[in-house]
Amino acid sequence: MALPELKQTATQTRLSAHTMPVGGCLTAARNAALSRVQTLGLPSRRDEYWKYTRPDTLVQPNAPTAHVFQHDDTPIFDGFDQLKIVFVDGVFDPDASDDLQLEGVQIDRLAEIGDQDIHWSKDLYGVLEARGQDPVARPLAALNTAFASDGVVIRVTGKPSKPISLVYVHNAENSDVMLHHVIRVEQGAELTLLEVGPAASRFNKCTEIDVADGGTLHHICAQGRDHERRAATHMFARLGKESTFKSFTLTVNGVLTRSEAVLELLGDDAVAHIAGACVGDGDFHHDDTVFITHDAVNCESRQVFKNVLRNGATGVFQGKILVKPEAQKTDGYQISQALMLDDDSQFLAKPELEIYADDVACSHGSTSGAIDETALFYLQSRGIPREAATDLLTLAFLAEAVAEIENQDIAASIITRLENWLSRRR
Amino acid sequence: MLNINNLHVRLEDEDKIILKGVNLTVEAGKVHAIMGPNGSGKSTLSYVLAGKGGYEVTEGSATLDGQDLLEQDAEERAAAGLFLAFQYPVEIPGVGNMTFLRTAVNAQRKARGENEMSAAEFLKEVRAKAKSLKINADMLKRPVNVGFSGGEKKRNEILQMAMLQPKMCILDETDSGLDVDAMKLVAEGVNALRDENRGFLVITHYQRLLDHIKPDVVHIMADGRIIKTGGPELALEVENNGYADILAEEA
Repeated sequence: MALPELKQTATQTRLSAHTMPVGGCLTAARNAALSRVQTLGLPSRRDEYWKYTRPDTLVQPNAPTAHVFQHDDTPIFDGFDQLKIVFVDGVFDPDASDDLQLEGVQIDRLAEIGDQDIHWSKDLYGVLEARGQDPVARPLAALNTAFASDGVVIRVTGKPSKPISLVYVHNAENSDVMLHHVIRVEQGAELTLLEVGPAASRFNKCTEIDVADGGTLHHICAQGRDHERRAATHMFARLGKESTFKSFTLTVNGVLTRSEAVLELLGDDAVAHIAGACVGDGDFHHDDTVFITHDAVNCESRQVFKNVLRNGATGVFQGKILVKPEAQKTDGYQISQALMLDDDSQFLAKPELEIYADDVACSHGSTSGAIDETALFYLQSRGIPREAATDLLTLAFLAEAVAEIENQDIAASIITRLENWLSRRR
Repeated sequence: MLNINNLHVRLEDEDKIILKGVNLTVEAGKVHAIMGPNGSGKSTLSYVLAGKGGYEVTEGSATLDGQDLLEQDAEERAAAGLFLAFQYPVEIPGVGNMTFLRTAVNAQRKARGENEMSAAEFLKEVRAKAKSLKINADMLKRPVNVGFSGGEKKRNEILQMAMLQPKMCILDETDSGLDVDAMKLVAEGVNALRDENRGFLVITHYQRLLDHIKPDVVHIMADGRIIKTGGPELALEVENNGYADILAEEA
């Protein structure tokens, strides 16, 4: 079916602004992705999947201006032993990065494998993204596959001694960046992947994750503090038998951030957890869109999303669990909650369950509300000033999402970030 | 110490008058008990004194050591030395009991211009006090009152009281939901805090608690007023004859 004219025009206008990186083993995948974009068209307000989030500024040819947010925070995971890979407005910074050598992993840069004729990532690049286009189209991810300038391609074969950390520096106020990562965790291997920073004025990130049988991937992302930036990120993960994937994203500030996750549990006894904590004040719009497919027996999935909103901030949650007929003994859990610190903010939630197996446990809940006055009074009656008591209750509200992070030091540093955010708003 | 003078209070949301001229003075070192039928305004009195929202004081005053309580926020009243042991202690998921206690102790100290308690000092003190109230390490670690039994919640209230060392303690039906052993334990905790500089106001329905926490003065409250004041024998009279006689007598 032909695209509506407006969509067709918007898509062509955007496509004409990009040049495909040439040559190498990924060319076929990039071309296929380009034709996906042309067929699907880029998102518009009319699309059901974009009902709560306006895609205009993500689709338009140029990135809207986003001033670089100056602050004197030490980078969030700075104290940890880690292998850092730094991108400044999407450009790899070899001086700021560590040597890409670490026992148990093979790290390449996407920009460097482009001219190789053969590379293991060829079997994954654009493949998981393409799988994730059905039943809901995610054209911004296909756009990314076609045009991404760089990224990391990581193959985990052992249990590396420290996390790999992708550090995204935002430096130019009109930077428009597309990065594409491919992570393959081999059988029984294990990695912790950190991501830090706002990356660009407009950031389109696509991550394809393949966790083989018995593999484990922990992923913790902190999207930086820039107020004016925009980000549309996609994560496509495929999980094998007895594998584990746990992902947490912290979103602090940002005029528009949308995080889409498409997780497929394809092997029995796999575990997928995805969590997010977002705090927004004023001109803030954050969207968590999640699609989890259970296609194997005895798998567990958890979605835990917490939004703290004030001064007209908006939070969006679209979360779906699809349980296929064979996926018996599925244990699915989904919670999305918003704490509104005033009357001006809004939370839009669309939880969905679609279950075709008959022996499953799926629970879901979504709430939005104000701070609990009874609890507030209790704390105040013990001498804790109202503002401090409000912060304490707000952190308690966020705690369930942060608790999804297994590494206690990382969780503690996330909590510190949240405390700082709250204390700046006293 | 605590002076309540002609206190009139109405509910903000409904046009309902709850307290209709309460007069009460609790001296330092004394234990006063308030008894009274359901709906007489006992709990409202405790909430109004502690600074809960939703009530409007239309007339009268309440002072603690001469400071006007009614002008202060709840946290200022607490720092000034007022403590309310809740009838229904509130569960706060996500906030650890220890964190809560330490935040409260140090917030009060800060408000009074005192030095904060060090982590080590706090830990030592809280452990000793928890032990005497049979509060185990697990209860200290768990979120505030979450999953606590009725008795555990009340013991936790007394632990907070012991840590905060208030001047004036108000106990709102602390005996409700307690079995005999738990009541004894709670009463022991309260008695351990009795001294010449501290006042107590014990709100209860039953004489039983007053067997363990011996009052100096007993007040009977009905329909928003204190209608009778006497010694401990007044509580026994209520226990034996109910409120009907006293109410009839005063009517």
